[in-house]
Amino acid sequence: MQSQATYDYKVVRQFAIMTVVWGIVGMLVGVIVAAQLVWPELNVHEYLHFGRLRPLHTNAVIFAFGGSALFATSFYVVQRTCHTRLFAPGLAAFVFWGWQLIIVAAAVTLPLGFTTGKEYAELEWPIDIAIAVVWVAYAIVFFGTLAIRKVSHIYVANWFYGAFIIAVALLHIVNSAEVPVSFTTLKSYSAYAGTQDAMVQWWYGHNAVGFFLTAGFLGMMYYFVPKQANRPVYSYRLSVVHFWALIFTYMWAGPHHLHYTALPSWTQSVGMLFSLILLAPSWGGMINGIMTLSGAWHKLRTDPILKFLVTSLSFYGMSTFEGPMMSVKTVNSLSHYTDWTVGHVHSGALGWVALVSIGAIYFLLPRLYGKTEMYSVKLINTHFWIATIGIVLYVASMWIAGVMQGLYWRAFDVDGTLTYTFVEGVKKSYPFWTIRLVGGALFLVGMLIMFYNMLKTIAGQRAYDAPIVVPAAAHA
Amino acid sequence: MNDYDLVNVLRSIVVVVGLLCFLGICIWAYSKHARAGFDEAAQLPLADDDLPAPPAGKEGMTNG
Repeated sequence: MQSQATYDYKVVRQFAIMTVVWGIVGMLVGVIVAAQLVWPELNVHEYLHFGRLRPLHTNAVIFAFGGSALFATSFYVVQRTCHTRLFAPGLAAFVFWGWQLIIVAAAVTLPLGFTTGKEYAELEWPIDIAIAVVWVAYAIVFFGTLAIRKVSHIYVANWFYGAFIIAVALLHIVNSAEVPVSFTTLKSYSAYAGTQDAMVQWWYGHNAVGFFLTAGFLGMMYYFVPKQANRPVYSYRLSVVHFWALIFTYMWAGPHHLHYTALPSWTQSVGMLFSLILLAPSWGGMINGIMTLSGAWHKLRTDPILKFLVTSLSFYGMSTFEGPMMSVKTVNSLSHYTDWTVGHVHSGALGWVALVSIGAIYFLLPRLYGKTEMYSVKLINTHFWIATIGIVLYVASMWIAGVMQGLYWRAFDVDGTLTYTFVEGVKKSYPFWTIRLVGGALFLVGMLIMFYNMLKTIAGQRAYDAPIVVPAAAHA
Repeated sequence: MNDYDLVNVLRSIVVVVGLLCFLGICIWAYSKHARAGFDEAAQLPLADDDLPAPPAGKEGMTNG
């Protein structure tokens, strides 16, 4: 007899919808700051100044958009692959509302100027504490669900999600160690000083890329690519090996953010070495994902969700080649502090993280509302092409601007003086900043199309919780 | 041996143990022993039909 118990889709639905909503908000702020670089007059008020909106943009897209996508998919995947309901659904609801509250707190405090000044960790101490509490609740729900699974194996996607959850807890708590000095101004000082503070910050910063923006989304990839292609992952053993390779090497790569600074030179070299090693496990994941389609390539022609997923893997492969290359000290001496870095980040963030999330959410939305597909498959295709063209415009313009800026900044005359003033490089960058604005705006338009498609898919539909299927292995 | 040297020896040991651990994982992953379990695990998402039944009155699913 089939049991009448159903999976717990409510929190998945909530996070899936908020992924689209926060995606639009975060990317809109991104388009605004991009416009402010083209037209500085748009810095109309201190609250809306570039310096305050830029961290709002990064926090919103990484933690609100990317975070919601990770919560939604991990709660879905862990239930489906463990054949069980969520452990502690009440705690899962707390994770949802807690996370939304944190996002709103970020959206209020950052424009008001409350910041620790640590990149990707700008939020001040009360919000840091809230993040830690919500994150621990998330870990309890996720690992609790794994513990009550009805099958013997823990599917590889859950390994990646699990590593992401543990590593982010570790990173957040260590990097946010700070001494609060005021309740009214929310001011705190880091527990670390000087170079150590910089090293802890970029140990955090790079592993936020490695575990939040990579391991978590690889977990997503390992479920949704095989599912959408209807083929098992190309090599399960490769997934095990590249998982552990990522875990053993990512933690050491942070110093490449501090090349040619006060950080000891040997530390910089170690960071560079581990960044180069990282190419292997990164490409292991990329190859494993793309090769899952071998024998099913024709599906790419008709299935826009698969297009999103496979293109995201291509961008993952590109940006994880580019990253190690940029970590080489001699390359970094040209690229650091230029727009090349911005281009690299967006190749990863728009190309990899956003595309794989969008594909996964298009997969999920119909299933969460008792349908078999989105309202319009054509609009998914339109979204795909607009988004892809947007990314290409964005990344290519930033590459050109970045290399140009690097060359301008280090050009010397024979007497040792700088050939160009800083502002000359700025003036030359304007056309590329305009192209970047167009690329970013296109990506935002794609998200608006997704929002419309989502509304039409949901309209008139009841929330749907699928019945729990008895695992096939149980019959054996 | 002072404390500073000792800490450095411990650091080296951790690196070597980490490497050996990783090599052990590689050997295990490519062993015959792990294969059957991996094949079974790889099927987990596919064996699970998560599509809701198409609404009554509609003839099957259409694509496009």
